[in-house]
Formats: sequence, structure tokens, C-alpha cells
Amino acid sequence: MTTAVDTTKPAREAPYEGPLLDVRDLHVEFVTRDGVARAVNGVNYSVRAGETLAVLGESGSGKSVTAQAIMGILDMPPARIPRGEIRFRGQDMLRMGREERRRIRGRKIAMIFQDALSSLNPVLSVGFQLGEMFRAHHGTSRKEAKDKAIELMERVRIPAAKQRVNDYPHQFSGGMRQRIMIAMALALEPDLIIADEPTTALDVTVQAQVMDLLAELQAEYHMGLILITHDLGVVADVADKIAVMYAGRIVETAPVYELYARPAHPYTRGLLDSIPRLDQKGQELYAIKGLPPNLLRIPKGCAFNPRCPRAQDVCRVEVPELFPVTEDDGTALAGRGSACFFWKETLHDR
Amino acid sequence: MGSYVLRRVLQMIPVFFGTTLLIFLMVYTLPGDPVAALFGEKAADPAVVASIKHKYYLDQPIWKQYLHYMGNLFQGDFGTSFTGRPVTDIMAGAFPVTIRLALLAFVFEMILGLVLGLVSGLRRGSVQDTLVLILTLLVISVPVFVLAYIAQTVFATNLGWVTPTVQNSYDLSQLMLPAIVLGSLSLAYVARLTRTSIGENLRADYMRTAVAKGLPRRTIISRHLLRNSLIPVVTFLGTDLGALMGGAIVTEGIFNVQGIGNVLYRAINQKEGPTVVGIVTVLVIVYLVASLLVDLLYAVLDPRIRYA
Repeated sequence: MTTAVDTTKPAREAPYEGPLLDVRDLHVEFVTRDGVARAVNGVNYSVRAGETLAVLGESGSGKSVTAQAIMGILDMPPARIPRGEIRFRGQDMLRMGREERRRIRGRKIAMIFQDALSSLNPVLSVGFQLGEMFRAHHGTSRKEAKDKAIELMERVRIPAAKQRVNDYPHQFSGGMRQRIMIAMALALEPDLIIADEPTTALDVTVQAQVMDLLAELQAEYHMGLILITHDLGVVADVADKIAVMYAGRIVETAPVYELYARPAHPYTRGLLDSIPRLDQKGQELYAIKGLPPNLLRIPKGCAFNPRCPRAQDVCRVEVPELFPVTEDDGTALAGRGSACFFWKETLHDR
Repeated sequence: MGSYVLRRVLQMIPVFFGTTLLIFLMVYTLPGDPVAALFGEKAADPAVVASIKHKYYLDQPIWKQYLHYMGNLFQGDFGTSFTGRPVTDIMAGAFPVTIRLALLAFVFEMILGLVLGLVSGLRRGSVQDTLVLILTLLVISVPVFVLAYIAQTVFATNLGWVTPTVQNSYDLSQLMLPAIVLGSLSLAYVARLTRTSIGENLRADYMRTAVAKGLPRRTIISRHLLRNSLIPVVTFLGTDLGALMGGAIVTEGIFNVQGIGNVLYRAINQKEGPTVVGIVTVLVIVYLVASLLVDLLYAVLDPRIRYA
């Protein structure tokens, strides 16, 4: 289906062969009064055109901070990026000038935020805020920008777009507001969209609609999508691959169904086990014991070791790298990796 | 929007009658006989006193006096002062002076206050920010008459740029110094309010969105940041304009500006009931209109209020 759409979009830049976005060994720290909080500690991931990467993790796992670093919207200071590369179409964005970086934001890489009500400017009409994309990047006239805003609103299926273009964010429902956020991200047909918990603030029924819309538009424009979430349910339907983050590191990567079927990291296992299931009615819900680590004092060794049922002495001393996960006979499992010394045992855990 | 305006206007009615009644009661129930005061040391002829009292309606019970006064007021008659001069005449002489002074002070505090607030709000913790904080704190803590005397000493006595007091109250250039002194306190408040407001809005989610949209920095500041940050500042400025129009008794006194503040001060001293009540009534109206305008402006700036 995506290939068919590709041919109808000849005007777009030639498809980039390598990964659209390639994050390598990214480190982000926040300088606080109490010390340096290490929010991201060597993250690697990449996204290709048309691909959806879901980044999964609890709050404080560094998933949003990574996204903000990619967008270049971290406040620096207090944040700083001591190490790493963020390559977009092969070019390291961290080495770009301010203006060059700005031109990528919104036009090549766009972002959708969690809370559309606070993320939209309360005193400007949605039409104005949508049209602003065209005016700032293409120098479109005010009037033409408004027409394009209406088009966009129709694209994301906001009823009576023409009448509502001058309305303000607070006059829309939560779902409609999130559609406007999506429309805004989509405006300049970017190569990559980063959606940071796009459905968390919405009702369950609306969540599905918004996710479907996002997935549909992604396929249509053949965009890369990074979906940041803590909700395993949202991920299952739309993601191609998943990266699970814990304490600023990626602890497991896998194609989406494999991760659900056979997790190779005790943390992923714990996350899956803590999803409530109907057949467990009456039983106590499973919860990973302990609390997420304090980023000022990340535990030595594997950051998950104090909460891990499988932790051994080695886990308290050595930091596990992301090992490739294979079958017992050594057959490689494409795209799978686990940052656990005991991934083999975890994989077999039933 | 229409019903919002109507509601606001209707709210003004009880406020107007309440405040005028209060001021009327306070002025006319004050101890001391204004008519007797007219005669000074001499013993007054009871017949003359009675006729004056009758002429000014002072022989009636206070509620009747109030109704009578209000009745006249709605026909544009503010009454006559005890010296025989119509109160409207007195006000016509003083208000233009006060309006000039107030507008000068207002422009001064608005422009400089906003600029200082913006500069310090955008760069918190910088040298400029600290400087603005210290200067405004100084202005806020020093009483206005001290500031006025310092200004007089420096600019008139030492530098000789201006005359110590105002010779012609209608001359804008002469009103400059009193206006700066008058506006300085509000300037400090405007600067600090702007600074705080900008600091808060800088951290708002929609600012992050604006950056993520790839807008140029100046667009982000002028269109997204300022528009939101100015809402509380505009409210303050609006009410302050109302307050400035009320004349400034201390500043006008020190600089000999023949504005409403000066006239009011003298009228109070001389127990000139009709003048005091007349002026205060006008001030009440000015204040009410100013706050109505603020509310309307507020609704223009913030659509969430417009449709509430």
C-alpha cells in the first residue's frame, strides 16, 4: 500500500536509503542544584521512512528527553549533551548551526505533544497556529495560510473545518485538539514525526481514533514515526519495532510481536505482566517491585538490578551492553537485543 | 461578547450609587459646620446662616440631600461650591491638567516598564535582570515625596534643566518631571509584573510547541510569548490609568501642578462639601469606565474569557 502512494508523490525528495534518523550513543544530563541528573545514558536507535518505532518506558526513563534532544527543544542549560550524535539523513544535527537546525524543526521533523490543550497557544486561533507553519517556513501570505489551515483540518477530519478555523483551542474537545496537533505536525509533510504520548490525555475510545488517524497518515505520507508511550496497548497495533527504555538506556529492542511473545529482559517481562487481564479477575495485580531509580544516583551495574527478580552479583557490578538475542541454536533474531546478562534465561521464562 | 459587556455595565450601577452615597455621607456628616466656617471669626447672623443652609439644601435630612444631589447630577449639575462658583467650572479648570499629567506618566511607565520587564524576564539572573530588580525595589521602597524632592534638587537646583515647580500647568514640557516622578512607582510594578509573567510563560508548553514548529525566535517572542505575558500587565496598566486620572495629591502639591489632586486637597481642608463630592463622583465614574475598558481589553486579549 505504501509503495502505491509513493509513486503519487514524485515531488518529494528522493527517498533516503539509510535510516532517516540515527541516534548514536546519546547522552543527556541535567545540571541541578543537587547534582547532575543523567537522564539519557547512551541511547542508540534508528528509524527509516515509513517505519514506526515505539519507545516504551516509565516516566523518567529518558524517552521524552531523547525526543526533545532530537527536536532540539531542550532548555540548555540546565540540559547538556556531553556525548552522542543525532544524524538526520546522515547529517549530525548536534553540529548544525542554530538557523540550520530551526529549518529542520517542523519542516523535516515534527513533534506531537501529549497535552494538546496546554501545547496549543490559548490566545491564538487554531487556524492561525496551523497557518503559522506555512508562513514561517514558506513565507505564505496570511490569507493563503488560512486556506491551507482549513485543508489541514479537513485532512485530520475535523467537522465543519471552514467554520471552526477561527475558533480557539479551548473550544475544541480533547480528541479534536489532538487532531489539530497532528495537523500541525503534518502541515509541511515532514519526513519524521515524533509523537510523545499522543493519546495519554484522551478517552479510550478517542485514543483509538487518534492512533488510527496517525497511522493512516503516516502510511500515506510514508513518514518515519517515533511513538513514545508507556502504554503497551497503544503500541501493539501500530509499531513495527519497540525500544524499551529504563534509566536512560535502551534495555531491549525487538520487532513488536516478538517482544510481546518472548521478552528477553526482566524489565520488559515485568511490564507485560503488569497489564491487567480479564482471566486474572480477583487476583492481585502484578507490579514490578520498587521504584524507578533516582537519576541523580543511578544504581551501579545494571540500573534495574535492585528491582530485578533475576539479579545476580554480576548485575550489581557490571553494566550489561545490548547483547544480540538469538535462538538456542545461535540463529540470529533480526532486530532483537537485550541489555541483560541473563537474556537467554529470560527468553525461556514462561 | 455582547451579553458580557451588558453584564459588566449593569454591574457598574450599584457600585456607582454605593460609592457616591458613601462619599456623600462621609463629607456631610463630618463634624464642623461648613456655613459657620464661611464667616470665620465673626459671629454669623442666624437668618443669613439659615438662608445659606436652605440654598444649599443643608437644612434637609441627609437622605433627601443625597436624592436631591443625585437628581441634579443626572441633569449635569454638580452643584455650586460655597464660594458661589459652579463645581463644573472648578473641575473644568483642573481636569485638563490632570489628564495631561496622567497621560505623560502613563506613557512613561508603560514604555519603560515593559522594556525593562522584557529585558530582565528574558534573561533571568543576568546583570541586566539584577539591575532592574534592584532599581525597581529602590523605587518601590522610597516614598514618592522623597523621590519628588530628589528630582527637584537634581534636575532643577543642580542641573537647572527645569524650574523647581510648574509655572504653567498646561505646558507639557513643564509637566515632564512631575510625570516621571508620578509614574515611577507604577513603572517599577509594571517592570516586575512583566518580568514575572514572561518568566512563567517562557516555561509554558505552548512555547515549547512554538519552538518545535521551527518558528524564528523573534516570532516566538513577539507573537507567542508577549501576547500571553501581557495579559496581567494590561490589567494593571488599565487600573493604574484610572488611579492616575484621580490626580496625585502629593506630587501635584510638591510641583505646584494645578490639577484635580490639588483642588481636592484644598476643598477638603475648607470643608467644601459640594466640590469634594463632585470631584469624587467624577473620579468614581472615571475609575469605573477604566476598569470596564480593562475588562473589555482583557476579553480581547484572552479568548477564554470572551466566550466564558
